[in-house]
Amino acid sequence: MATHTLSVLVENSPGVLARIAALFSRRGYNIDSLAVGPTQDSHISRMTIVINVEGHALEQVMAQTNKLINVLSIVELDPISSVQRELLLVKVSTSPDTRSQVLETVQLFRAKVVDVAQDAVTIEATGNTEKIQALLRVLEPHGIKELVQSGLVAMERGLKPGISLASDEGQFSPATLDTPN
Amino acid sequence: MSDQVTGAQALVMALERVGVDVMFGIPGGAILPAYDPIFDSSIRHILVRHEQGAGHAATGYAQVTGRVGVCIATSGPGATNLVTALADAQMDSVPMVAITGQVSSAAIGTDAFQEADIRGITMPITKHNFLVTHADDIVHAIAAAFHIAETGRPGAVLVDISKDALQSKTTFNWPTELNLPGYNPVVDADHQSLVAAAALISQSQSPVLYVGGGMIKANASKELMELALLTGAPVVTTLMARGAFPDSHAQHLGMPGMHGTVAAVTALQKADLLITLGARFDDRVTGKVSTFAPNAKIIHADIDPAEIGKVRKADVALIGDLKNTVQALLPILREQFEENQPDLDAWWVQCNEWRNTFPLGYDEPEDGSLSPQYVIERIGKIAGPDAIYVAGVGQHQMWASQFVSYENPRTWLNSGGLGTMGYAVPAAMGAKVGAPETTVWAIDGDGCFQMTNQELVTCALNNIPVKIAIINNESLGMVRQWQTLFYNSRFSNTDLHSHRIPDFLKLAEAMGCVGLRCESKEDVDRIINEAMAINDRPVVVDFNVHRDAMVWPMVAAGASNDDIVVAKSMAPIWDSQEL
Repeated sequence: MATHTLSVLVENSPGVLARIAALFSRRGYNIDSLAVGPTQDSHISRMTIVINVEGHALEQVMAQTNKLINVLSIVELDPISSVQRELLLVKVSTSPDTRSQVLETVQLFRAKVVDVAQDAVTIEATGNTEKIQALLRVLEPHGIKELVQSGLVAMERGLKPGISLASDEGQFSPATLDTPN
Repeated sequence: MSDQVTGAQALVMALERVGVDVMFGIPGGAILPAYDPIFDSSIRHILVRHEQGAGHAATGYAQVTGRVGVCIATSGPGATNLVTALADAQMDSVPMVAITGQVSSAAIGTDAFQEADIRGITMPITKHNFLVTHADDIVHAIAAAFHIAETGRPGAVLVDISKDALQSKTTFNWPTELNLPGYNPVVDADHQSLVAAAALISQSQSPVLYVGGGMIKANASKELMELALLTGAPVVTTLMARGAFPDSHAQHLGMPGMHGTVAAVTALQKADLLITLGARFDDRVTGKVSTFAPNAKIIHADIDPAEIGKVRKADVALIGDLKNTVQALLPILREQFEENQPDLDAWWVQCNEWRNTFPLGYDEPEDGSLSPQYVIERIGKIAGPDAIYVAGVGQHQMWASQFVSYENPRTWLNSGGLGTMGYAVPAAMGAKVGAPETTVWAIDGDGCFQMTNQELVTCALNNIPVKIAIINNESLGMVRQWQTLFYNSRFSNTDLHSHRIPDFLKLAEAMGCVGLRCESKEDVDRIINEAMAINDRPVVVDFNVHRDAMVWPMVAAGASNDDIVVAKSMAPIWDSQEL
């Protein structure tokens, strides 16, 4: 099974999310993550759906989704030619001994501390799935008290696929250190 | 400035505008405002006895006329009673619009009296649905609903309208264009694919035209005949396609699938090319998919892109309206055939051998009781190919498909996809309303009949003289057959123990119909003719038939089509042939 990121433009009308969810549930497609939000056109919303299916099943998912009357378009986003981001909020246990290590990690991952308590810090991070996973792996030994993560949002890059317009990409990224490719 | 009307008036004006001439329904609280203008409308409203009957009647009407069938019900239980009929229509791609009343918009979500989220409930069983809570949106919703129901792959559409939307004032403005940016059905197959399809056909030594219900929806029987004659290929018609190609034609091998003819099933298995036309590789046709037509390349023509590759990978996909597709394919194929038209003689020798060795047939019961197949065969012979036949679901449905000869499209109606017991009586009612001059025979089981027979009251009161043949074996016959074959003849809950309870003859008479009974072979023709002569009232004939008759041939559920069984414990011996 492979992970695929689908970008779906839908009419911004009541019940659209239910239709998509019902279709995926009825046909047995597993959603890894789902993010819905407005677009520059108030009549249109964008859903970013991450699913785990084989290539043949992917065509079915896309064809069946496209059949929904409220779905305007559906494309698969290639991870190389698209920008993909998740948002993470994570509350990590700290003691006077470990706090500086945690803060160092935060810096290393270009994350932010958004709340500090006596025995914990809350960290906000954005990045692609690999970066978020890498950050969590480093933080885990300190003790994760609470965690919330958004679904993936994604967008095709620039005018020509493969050319990055994102300024933060290509710079220091712990994710690439952690998962050499 | 147009005149102000109520939402309810706008609804009825919109229905008139799209050309609705009849609808089937039952009023109730939330839909009540609509029933007032219906009272004055040119649209004939037929008051049914159960909303499910309204739904199946709309389907029967649509299947016979090719137009959108319409049913109407109130909120809550009225709407939920339509659910089976909506699912049925959607599975068989029948154009249908269901209109339901909803509680007032302020009460939606409060668990109000007779509130049900019918839009939510019907999402997975409709092509699309609408919840309308403003009077101004009613007309567009109706126009869009009819457009969606009848274009592309036809299907069921539900429009749920809140009571306050029906009661408030609006103006009637027919939309000049529909706001459906996400709905653009493809109508013409692309040229390159057509060329590729023609190339495959001109290289095939053993092709089969695998014809499904889409052929009837597309009104493309004439084009199919041209294609069949041009290719010279064997034709098989699925349960939903019976009548799309004449049974009497020499190239017709019959129906494929679980209870198909040996020739049709085997031709698909052994073909090197399936020219799939408006069919969807249903499990009842393919049997075990991994062993279905193992050596065949697939041309798949369908208007629904999501059908391509759903079950079986297509080598060439022809997405578009089937009539356009076949029309466009014909000249390209003619051109290809000028260079190379394969010789199908050897293939026909094989097909004919299967056909001649294993024709459809049945044994008469040894105890001299009435054979259900004989009854159905005689109805088909006496009523002829111009009549319309409507089946319920079960053994009688399979026999009606096997032993009635269909020559014309839209003369065979049944619930193929959903397999809805109780379909026949209300669907026959709708069929007769759609084709009042045509003889309509429902061929029903005694189990099915007891699910929806109350619509015979509707028929009797509304001058809808349908004819119902109850193939009465006092049991749920198809389930009993499976119990015989796979559950060691342990007949758990399939014996209806009727012993004339109910007495169908008296029941028929109580509902304003003529009731007839037939118990012996000698009486069959006489009683069918007697029923044929009655045209002022519905007729119900109770045929008391042998209960152990079985449907053959049979491919067991989940088995390979190679393992077709001709009769109990009798499989064809393929060794004698070059297979």
